[in-house]
Amino acid sequence: MRHLLSAADLDAATATSLLDTADRLKEALLGREVRKLPTLRGRTVVTLFYESSTRTRASFEIAGKQMSADVVNVSAGSSSVSKGESLRDTALTLSAMGADCVILRHPSAGAAHRMSEWTPAHVINAGDGMHEHPTQALLDAATLREHLGTLDGRRITIVGDVLHSRVARSNVALLSMLGAQLHLVAPPTLLPAGVSGWPVTTGHDLDAALPQSDAVMMLRVQAERMHGGFFPSAREYATWYGLSEARAARLPQHAVVLHPGPMLRGMEISAAVADSPRAVITGQVSNGVHIRMAVLYHLLASQEAGT
Amino acid sequence: MTSRTGTEAAGQRELLSAADVARTVARMAHEIIEGTAPARAVLLGIPSRGVPLAHRLATRIGEFSGATDIIATAGILDITLYRDDLRRRPTRPLEPTTLPEGGVDDALVVLVDDVLFSGRTVRAALDALRDHGRPRAVQLAVLVDRGHRELPIRADYVGKNLPTSREEEIAVLLEETDDRDAVMIRRRAQ
Amino acid sequence: MSECSERTIGHSSERSERIIGHGPPPLLLRGVRPYGEGDPIDLMLRDGVIAEAGPGLDATGAEVRDCGGLVALPGFVDLHTHLREPGREDAETIATGSAAAALGGYTAVFAMANTEPVADTAMAVEHVWRRGQQIGLVDVAPVGAVTVGLGGEQLAELGAMAGSAAGVRVFSDDGVCVHDPLLMRRALEYSTSLGAVIAQHAQEPRLTVGAQAHEGEIAARLGLAGWPATAEESIVARDCMLAAAAGARLHVCHVSSAGTVDVLRWARGRTTAEVTPHHLLLSDERLAGYDPVNKVNPPLRTRDDSAALRAALAEGVIDCVATDHAPHAPQDKDCEWEAASPGMLGLQTALSVVVETMVRPGLLDWRGVARVMSERPAAVGGIATQGRPLATGEPATLVLVDPDATWTVRGAQLASLASNTPFEGMTLPARVVTTLLRGRVTADDGKVRR
Repeated sequence: MRHLLSAADLDAATATSLLDTADRLKEALLGREVRKLPTLRGRTVVTLFYESSTRTRASFEIAGKQMSADVVNVSAGSSSVSKGESLRDTALTLSAMGADCVILRHPSAGAAHRMSEWTPAHVINAGDGMHEHPTQALLDAATLREHLGTLDGRRITIVGDVLHSRVARSNVALLSMLGAQLHLVAPPTLLPAGVSGWPVTTGHDLDAALPQSDAVMMLRVQAERMHGGFFPSAREYATWYGLSEARAARLPQHAVVLHPGPMLRGMEISAAVADSPRAVITGQVSNGVHIRMAVLYHLLASQEAGT
Repeated sequence: MTSRTGTEAAGQRELLSAADVARTVARMAHEIIEGTAPARAVLLGIPSRGVPLAHRLATRIGEFSGATDIIATAGILDITLYRDDLRRRPTRPLEPTTLPEGGVDDALVVLVDDVLFSGRTVRAALDALRDHGRPRAVQLAVLVDRGHRELPIRADYVGKNLPTSREEEIAVLLEETDDRDAVMIRRRAQ
Repeated sequence: MSECSERTIGHSSERSERIIGHGPPPLLLRGVRPYGEGDPIDLMLRDGVIAEAGPGLDATGAEVRDCGGLVALPGFVDLHTHLREPGREDAETIATGSAAAALGGYTAVFAMANTEPVADTAMAVEHVWRRGQQIGLVDVAPVGAVTVGLGGEQLAELGAMAGSAAGVRVFSDDGVCVHDPLLMRRALEYSTSLGAVIAQHAQEPRLTVGAQAHEGEIAARLGLAGWPATAEESIVARDCMLAAAAGARLHVCHVSSAGTVDVLRWARGRTTAEVTPHHLLLSDERLAGYDPVNKVNPPLRTRDDSAALRAALAEGVIDCVATDHAPHAPQDKDCEWEAASPGMLGLQTALSVVVETMVRPGLLDWRGVARVMSERPAAVGGIATQGRPLATGEPATLVLVDPDATWTVRGAQLASLASNTPFEGMTLPARVVTTLLRGRVTADDGKVRR
């Protein structure tokens, strides 16, 4: 593995090995005094974010630092990027400075693919427009595996703004590859026109889907979509697609609730559900660090190609 | 430095039989009892074949020490993330690390591996151990010491000293991983 | 469409007067097959016209070329070219675009109005026309903007442009759609007094906000905002109705979807239409690696769409092939997909793509190629001296094609300043050997003759 550009590029064996590595890292770091591994000493990792993000950037930064990499954060707002430098020139500049790995978040789909053609550094896609967010899908898969034992044959319902969601795209690719049965529930306006080609079933009835679900993944509804005419009002959305307490009661006893965050309590998910034992949202966050450590390990530890 | 084999290919020779291995492990268990008593001993196997060896030694120690105050527990210490040759080799999968109840703080830790060669694995294990806590003391037990040290490291308990040339490979076979117990020597594959 | 085929435009008579008596020495083309039909014959070109046609012509006093059975076709006419001058001379100039055209077998190109500044005044279109004349490799017919600055708010001075030396007869806001139905109605009505055609870039803007790729399975997977085919189809349907009501001539640029083909079939006789070589050959499956060389507007669509476009071109529901030749400087393609400019080179690859997609599968014969690449576009654009039959007394404006050759496309070797060809590395059939404009060789064996 040279880059992590999309979950769709992974095969089941590589994905499983990333999840296993994350599990091992989690064990290795559990209850330790010194939460630092020497594995990536002397490697330089750059986070290059063209969109604001707290948790993803922090998660990558902590992951890099716990493996002793030197982590440099570059924000679009505080660099020559804001002076109109092209993405290609930024890529060339960072690789000239010796960056071993560039973690890129960019509003344009495919930006990480393009970056990987311009730089000899390893590229990790930390979210590219509406395309993919592969480490989010990996951490979701790790969380689901932790709670459900396996993904094979498990029924997972993904709810909300699938159309604009890179989290949904990555999860559909990864979870279906790992054997899960996926069901998407969304208003018709928030399902992509080409969804019929995806390895999923789709529907508009959340109440009917919940009793059949081993897990339900609530997607974020971005504020700018609420006024884009995709649905009439936040209240109507919450009525049909929000995960209320009463609705969550329809889930089987063992089922868990995921949310990539940040949550809109009240609209996407009620506060009571978000804070209930079946919500594994903070578990997702801590798994995020281990998954990103695993990805960094797989990309950077060895200099041998083709591994 | 070890490799798995089920058949006796040409140019391959058995140095220790299954019975030799059993005798050697038993003797090492006795030595560890003498060398560690009366402390709490934690045997940490280094994957892959150090792990079953550590378990065998812990079991033997339990049998031999009877009602004495020696309690030996076994765990696993994966050292992959501490290796100094990660860059030069294909990405290695990580093995689990499991420490016995109570951790390693103030314990007498015995690192267990199958073969002692350059000493680099042991150095990585010492680094890994340091991040897990502060043992009272650390000792090293190996089934085979084949020489050729590249670091100032020696074992406290050695099953068998086997002088070898660098062109040779030592393969330790254990029932848990290889379906039989034996120690083999052969020419390094070109 | 008979009502426009015999139109004579302002500049053509002036040009033919200038040329009579000043042509190159007589040229005898020995052994060509007009329209790829029958046994080879000879063509004697004298004073810019085909003076004689037949087997075994007397070569006395003429330069002789042995053509070994090459296919002779009337010179190609491109209704849709972006020459980028003035404004983006780093991507293409009238000189380099003319060279690419001549090498591609073209003898006339219509230069789109979306330059910087926009070609929305008589002065602007005359500048482009004069530069084309000076360079002299192809007839450069400027297209005038429909609205001032392509702003979609106020009609440009269509009459002034029509009455200028450039004699503009095609108006288009290409690059953007004249989407305001009232403004489009007025433009169509007004154009009737000028004998002009309104060429519409059909793209409903509200349905294509931020659109990046054909709305379908591929765009959904790649996370690219969809460009729904209905955004084209609805405008084409609307405009066909408006044109019929106004008794005006409408031409639909770069038809890209099977649905638009259905609309055109329904509206037959009320409009003309073009298809690009890239929409005939390529589909949105090429988008997987996000290489912006595949970004174009309207977007590459599905294989089913391409198949429908080929069938429609064969049937005559789509009149002609137009390249939408759109050169872009490297920095406008060497970037992320959304930031990249849409457009592809087309002039030098058009014939080969048409042969690959239409002739090889048996959808068109060489007479059909002459129809869709020369005769129909000349008629739509109102150039009476182009797209003429290969017959005695007609202009010696023609192209010689080797139908059996193959070649591999290399963007860096094309005559355009830019190199954004989507056909890079493809091996394609048929090669333009020689292009002649009124008896003068403009391109020969891959080299321009200035």
